[in-house]
Amino acid sequence: MPTRFLDRSLLAALVEALLRRGRTVYGPVSADGAIGFDEIHDVTELACALRDVQEPGRYRIEADPGGATFGVANGPSGLKRLFLAPSESVLAVARGVGTFHVEDRAAQPEPIAVLGARPCDLAALAIQDRVLLGGRYPEPRYGARRRDAFLVAVNCTRAASTCFCASLGDGPEVTAPHDVALTELATGFVAHASSARGRVLLDELGAREASAAEQAEERAALARCAYDQCRSLEPAGLADALYANLDHPRWDEVAERCVACGNCTMVCPTCFCQTTSDHLSLDGERAERTRSWDSCFTPDHGYVHGKNYRPHTREKYRQWLTHKLAGWVEQFGRSGCVGCGRCITWCPAAIDLTEEAAALRVAPRDA
Amino acid sequence: MSAAPASRPRVAVFKLASCDGCQVVFLNLEERLLALAGRVEIAHFLEASSQVQPGPYDVSFVEGSVTSARDVERLLAIRRSSRVLVTIGACATAGGIQALRNWADVEEMARAVYPRPEWIEALSTSTPIAEHVKVDFEISGCPIDGAELVQFVTQLLAGATPRLAEHDVCLDCKRLGRVCVVVTRGLPCLGPVTRSGCGALCPSMRRDCYGCFGPCAGAEPRALAHRYRTMGIPPDELARRFRGITGALGPFRETADGLGPDAHHPR
Repeated sequence: MPTRFLDRSLLAALVEALLRRGRTVYGPVSADGAIGFDEIHDVTELACALRDVQEPGRYRIEADPGGATFGVANGPSGLKRLFLAPSESVLAVARGVGTFHVEDRAAQPEPIAVLGARPCDLAALAIQDRVLLGGRYPEPRYGARRRDAFLVAVNCTRAASTCFCASLGDGPEVTAPHDVALTELATGFVAHASSARGRVLLDELGAREASAAEQAEERAALARCAYDQCRSLEPAGLADALYANLDHPRWDEVAERCVACGNCTMVCPTCFCQTTSDHLSLDGERAERTRSWDSCFTPDHGYVHGKNYRPHTREKYRQWLTHKLAGWVEQFGRSGCVGCGRCITWCPAAIDLTEEAAALRVAPRDA
Repeated sequence: MSAAPASRPRVAVFKLASCDGCQVVFLNLEERLLALAGRVEIAHFLEASSQVQPGPYDVSFVEGSVTSARDVERLLAIRRSSRVLVTIGACATAGGIQALRNWADVEEMARAVYPRPEWIEALSTSTPIAEHVKVDFEISGCPIDGAELVQFVTQLLAGATPRLAEHDVCLDCKRLGRVCVVVTRGLPCLGPVTRSGCGALCPSMRRDCYGCFGPCAGAEPRALAHRYRTMGIPPDELARRFRGITGALGPFRETADGLGPDAHHPR
């Protein structure tokens, strides 16, 4: 299928077409000083003509002089919360006479569509698919939500200062599975379909063929966005370097700054740790089990029968970083980082993962 | 399966120096309080009834801090008559807002406030219950959270060792989808070092956390204070923040005291 072009006015029709398919549509919406994915009912609810200013520990939204529809690089939350619910009931048990009844809380999700998923968001989603669905025990609730989701990616033409996807190959042009990918230009959107239903959608919208000039402008915008990224994480050799430097003095130094709050793990689009808790009714007749997002920074996470094996912040931070950047490679075949930069921006202590990784890969004697 | 009435555990609720707000949380349980009353014998709870039964008690909940010599005597008697002693609320677990006196001259304050200051018999400090007697469990908060209280009692009645969340407020904020007020507004939120339990109430209102539930397990308040100093928050403002409702507890107290001479006296 040739590359298509959606005039700006067709974006409203795109939202309508997704809604017409009976899908709940999520897109970037501005709320409480940030943008995040929320339900939209028409195109006017998107966070338009805004851009983000991000740096370690700081995030601000300001007017975008260019008036872009997708001017904000990203917000505190990726796609994770749409598919891996932050907290949900998985099981309920009710007492009967001489017996008990178990109610399985299988998810019966509504079909969804996401508009404006960033390349890093989709790279993270592909990783979560591998983690949560790829093993012997797939996560049924995640799987039910994920299975049929319609994904409209928006390639990045503007990087936040905290972005480093280009160094990992996860952006600024989408590489992970999706249905349609858009690249925003001043006059509209270059559109690529990468699934049959994506092609049907673009046909339905009557998207014309993109001109050679428009395609050239897209290439230039994507190249510029990669070039503009001022942070990077060099994946080659990183896992071995981190494992070789488990006693690096930098771990002590970062532990002095880290507040062990766990925000990095919560905002990370690939972090998947979960915990369960049981709640009983006062009359003792019912119990409900809830699965929630967990973090390797909580006291419970390091607790293994009788002892917390990671009592200090140094061990907690080392666990997070070595698992994310090294352990994942062995476990899941690639780094757990997609370069979205959320752990940098949303760290209240302004710790920069790329800076720590760079310091930690240099052997102490050479540092 | 309700236990036979004769074997219902006997429960007492006591108060020392406090505002009664945590006892009110019991009363605000409403229907759940009725369910609770069906499973335990409420033997002593002056906030609810003037009819009190003598000890011993299976479980005693103690609200309030120790601020007088008489409080210490009462507390020792409560401990002797209680199998399990549970402190409830920031006063009992941390000394409460009245622990601000720990950094001030109590006699001078009494002279400023009362026409006959010699009638005031107060210790120079407000201290948590655990500094005076053995405490079996602590339920934090100002006030405590009703749902957490119910979970605690339910676990105890089920014969389990009660466990309450020890993680920080940030986890709750992120699970709830709240936008961080430190990162987007530059506010000196104590959420990263404060125990969960309130449901991230203040950040949900776009405000910064005041640390009502006290330090979480593994809290790093000194690192947080250092970061907030670099963000331009003045040391006296930070010290007042840490010396709030749970400021007498070690990690918060040491952090505030470490903020330098500018921060030594609360206004």
